Amino acid sequence: MTKGDKPRLITWEVKDGERIAVRHDGRLPDQLRPIRMEVGVLANADGSALVEYGDTRVIAAVYGPREAIPRHIALPDRAVLRCRYHMAPFSTEERKSPAPTRREVELSKVIREALEAVVITELFPRTTIDVYMEVLQSDGGTRTAAITAASLALADAGIAMRDLVAGVAVGKVDGVVVLDIDELEDNYAEADMPIAIAPSLKRIVLLQLNGVLTREEVDKALRLAWKGVEEIYRLQKQALRSKYIVYEAGPGGGAGR
Amino acid sequence: MGRIMVRHRDIVVPGDIVAEGRDVEYKGPFLERYGAKIVALITGLVTIEEKDGKQVVSIIPLEGAYIPRPGDIVIGLIEDIGITHWDVDIASPYRGILTVQEVLDKPFNPAVDSLKRYLDVGDYILAKVLSFDRSRDPLLTVKGEGLGRISEGSIIEVKPSRVPRIIGRKGSMINMLMSETGCKVLVAQNGRVLVNCPSRDLEEILVLSIRKIELEAHTTGLTERVKEFIREERRRRGV
Repeated sequence: MTKGDKPRLITWEVKDGERIAVRHDGRLPDQLRPIRMEVGVLANADGSALVEYGDTRVIAAVYGPREAIPRHIALPDRAVLRCRYHMAPFSTEERKSPAPTRREVELSKVIREALEAVVITELFPRTTIDVYMEVLQSDGGTRTAAITAASLALADAGIAMRDLVAGVAVGKVDGVVVLDIDELEDNYAEADMPIAIAPSLKRIVLLQLNGVLTREEVDKALRLAWKGVEEIYRLQKQALRSKYIVYEAGPGGGAGR
Repeated sequence: MGRIMVRHRDIVVPGDIVAEGRDVEYKGPFLERYGAKIVALITGLVTIEEKDGKQVVSIIPLEGAYIPRPGDIVIGLIEDIGITHWDVDIASPYRGILTVQEVLDKPFNPAVDSLKRYLDVGDYILAKVLSFDRSRDPLLTVKGEGLGRISEGSIIEVKPSRVPRIIGRKGSMINMLMSETGCKVLVAQNGRVLVNCPSRDLEEILVLSIRKIELEAHTTGLTERVKEFIREERRRRGV
């Protein structure tokens, strides 16, 4: 991640007598990137999902609840949730070593804690639920896309959850608080704040902040994140339902996979 | 007055509000009440019933692992042999335990006898779940009519969540499968199906039908469509 001369990330345009901030890719500060979600993309996993936020692309696979191996990790009263966030060697501009970095170990932990807030692990004592998240292409906001994909894959696997989790990153770029920052914005941002929310429960399950924000900016960023998450949440539910509605189109539909 | 936000047989996903109000009841582990709201915890189909003037909602899961319940009939695969018990894979997160007392009527002496003589690794058994709770692995028995080692037929594995659909309401689907193909079909609760067919072609048709049911489990009018499918296949293959 070499930082050359800082590009111009925000241009100010005047429209109807108002000054409007426009981002380097043409988005407004409160606009998400195009989002695509698909559920059940892997045949061998119990549940799976593919999530794209613009050029960020993450696939998640869930196995379980299954017998805990090695057996000594099993807990007597609930399931063990294991998460692995990993970036593929080809996901970045320069090859990333496939060995887990400190960053990936940390993100796996915070994502696990975010998911533990919603997964009802008490239903399956002495088992494990394994969640694998693989970043296929990275363009900023990979941890939040990974969390969105993981919660979809868990729901697809038929694991009981209090709510889905949707994540989005907000940040401050050239003094403007913006929603869903991408890699370029992140590299030169004054602050970057990934947030994951369980919207129906009205609970924030992950919040990290890198950089400096004033109180007012945090407030604004949270409001922006909430707005973005609600849109992502709607798409998540739509993606989960569409897996089943396809076959209702007509009799004889549904070829084998 | 309670309000139900969904219709009968709607698909819900985790976090969906199913109903509001104290006078709506729910059953099963897949719904939870938060304040006045009843929220779905799983992807599944909603069922709304009337009971004693009250509306009762429940969810039939569309996916999920098999969790043993006492009294369930399961098809197990012997995985390992201990000194006085067998470890049985029952297609579940929990491993079945079959003790020697539940197989033999006579006393068993491990010093002179070997469990291998009765059931070996790789054998399929039809068993009943004796007991299971959160703290111990499920105990199985093969004492009972029709239980024991499976000596003939083929086994098809399906998702455990599809079992109710393969059986159908009051057995309508399974009876249709048997009468249309002439095969004997036994559906175990853990998603393994034992079939005995008069011919190879009929077995193939039956397997295809079961796969079709598995794939289209959440749709309506499935029994008729599968019946049509079997008749079409039999005509095509001339059996």
